[in-house]
Amino acid sequence: MKQFYNFVIKEFIHIMRDRRTLFILIGMPVVQILIFGFALTNEVKNSGFAVIDLSHDERSAQLIDELDASRYFEIRGKFQSVESLEQSFRKGQVKIGIVIPSNFGKDMERPGGASLQFIADASDPNVANTLINYANAVVLDFENNINGEKKIPYTIQTETRMLYNPQLKGAYNFVPGVMAMVLLLVCTMMTALTVVREKELGTLEVMLVSPLKPLKIIIAKAVPYLLLSMLNIASILLLSVFVLDVPINGSLTLLVGEGILFILVALSLGLLISSSTASQQSAMFISLIGMFLPTVMLSGFMFPIENMPLPMQVVSNAVPAKWFYIIVRSVMIKGVGLKHVWKETLILSGMLIFFMAMAIKKFKVRLA
Amino acid sequence: MNGITINNISKSYPLKKGKQEALKNIELTIPEGELFGLIGPDGAGKTTLFRILTTLLLPDSGTASVNGLDTTKDFMQIRKEVGYMPGRFSLYTDLTVEENLNFFANIFNTSVKENYHLIKEVYKMIEPFKKVRAGKLSGGMKQKLALSCALIHKPKTLFLDEPTTGVDAVSRKEFWELLRSLRAEGITIMVSTPYMDEASLCDRVGLIQQGSMMGVDTPQHLRNAFGKKLLSVKGPDMLQLLRQLQAMDTVEHAYPFGEYHHAVLKDAAFLPELPANIEVKEVEPDIEDCFISLMRTHAG
Repeated sequence: MKQFYNFVIKEFIHIMRDRRTLFILIGMPVVQILIFGFALTNEVKNSGFAVIDLSHDERSAQLIDELDASRYFEIRGKFQSVESLEQSFRKGQVKIGIVIPSNFGKDMERPGGASLQFIADASDPNVANTLINYANAVVLDFENNINGEKKIPYTIQTETRMLYNPQLKGAYNFVPGVMAMVLLLVCTMMTALTVVREKELGTLEVMLVSPLKPLKIIIAKAVPYLLLSMLNIASILLLSVFVLDVPINGSLTLLVGEGILFILVALSLGLLISSSTASQQSAMFISLIGMFLPTVMLSGFMFPIENMPLPMQVVSNAVPAKWFYIIVRSVMIKGVGLKHVWKETLILSGMLIFFMAMAIKKFKVRLA
Repeated sequence: MNGITINNISKSYPLKKGKQEALKNIELTIPEGELFGLIGPDGAGKTTLFRILTTLLLPDSGTASVNGLDTTKDFMQIRKEVGYMPGRFSLYTDLTVEENLNFFANIFNTSVKENYHLIKEVYKMIEPFKKVRAGKLSGGMKQKLALSCALIHKPKTLFLDEPTTGVDAVSRKEFWELLRSLRAEGITIMVSTPYMDEASLCDRVGLIQQGSMMGVDTPQHLRNAFGKKLLSVKGPDMLQLLRQLQAMDTVEHAYPFGEYHHAVLKDAAFLPELPANIEVKEVEPDIEDCFISLMRTHAG
């Protein structure tokens, strides 16, 4: 046991002495959360909009004010013709244009109702869709305010409730995703690298000619990364709660427990990679191409799995991050208990046993 | 029986086409407490033999035992009892001298204090640098540290794979003195080297070439067995001289040897006639001469 303890201490010294890597390992989750939170967001805030108001009445002025007042839009210009609006689109000043036809106010009072035209810059279709939705919501709101007093017959009032994330914040989506990504990077890649580095340096050769059980060497090398990853979970959770206002609705214990389960899966994957490769370069390559890319693409964090062709959906089941992502989202955002994520937890546990067994089977007690 | 026994060991590495034979039917017995030198050029199979004996590789055929333990079956026990210093510097360059030593003591369940007497002589040379990271040491210092680390658990047998390669002459000499004093402690030492001049410092040497053991004996016996007259020749045009020597009927073979050429005579009676400006003297054969002559007989 003392041997093991000393070995772990030695691993810590390696990590501490390599300041740059340590800094990246600790800083990466922080930077990623901040970048995803503030820079790479697909939420739309203060998009420029322009108006062609052909009506010039009280109602149209009211509508424009309401749009401008919402936090999604900001007025950038008023034009008289579609041509000048288009120019503004080309310059990139506005993302959406609203054409208010003449007699807008009067038409509203008539049975046929008034009409409006939205023109959106669909060079980014997602943003355009989101903007149109927001604009529709504002218009609906405007309509309801006016109709508030009088009851209009034969209309269906739809009322939408966005469960778990009423403000449609992107952070609810990416915090679980970043967590999966960071843990996979730190655990899988760093563990794979640290074992392969000893192979490359020849120190593993000396280490093998010692009473240390080879498996113990491997586990001792993984322990520091387990602790480092737990530190990462802590920093991600603290940042999401206090900086991004993402609540932890479920049990923190369950969340951390699932986090540790995922770390162990990632570690055993790292060990498996390290026993099957001979150079740091190939270990890095396999970790990045084989682990990181599928995690980003197939975990459902960036692209919805439901939209993928069936073969891809099947493949995505083999990506551990997919299951972890579902678990974290359920526990953290929806606030459900183990009762609702036992299936995913079981799948991750199965993966852990499988990868661990493979790693042990592949690990060589000799050089070749 | 303690010491090292090697019975008919062969080992080959797979290549794309066929295989590379690294060791061919090696037979060797090293009694307990001997300082044995394995001498041969790069690629002769020295490292492969060391790795088989230190249980890092399995032989294709044959058996070997170290301290009476089988290298295949009892490999975990052997790993506790031997010290191994690989050919490449294999300590942690980001740990200090002291940390490396403590770490190796620890994994062998001992402490530096317990076996300090064993490493005292070598360690005191590097002790002034104990706070320096191992990566910053000079080549000779690194080898001394590696030796300390290989010794710290008081091994019964010590395997040193080319410990003096890339080390300056003074450090090499010091290193061999250390080995001789370790032998006095009763440790069996197997050391490999490509430097023929180090052979005379061993109790016995084995000459290995292309995976075959060409001869095993004491350095003196090997030299005595040379059995032919050997000339050391030097002249103004060395290249021309070598061709001349090789063409002579009385010369069995000739080869460059430092600033001289060595020529082995077919018949001890004749001295070849050479111009006056050429310096010729009869010399005692060196281990290198024995090696070259054995190489020729083995090549057929």
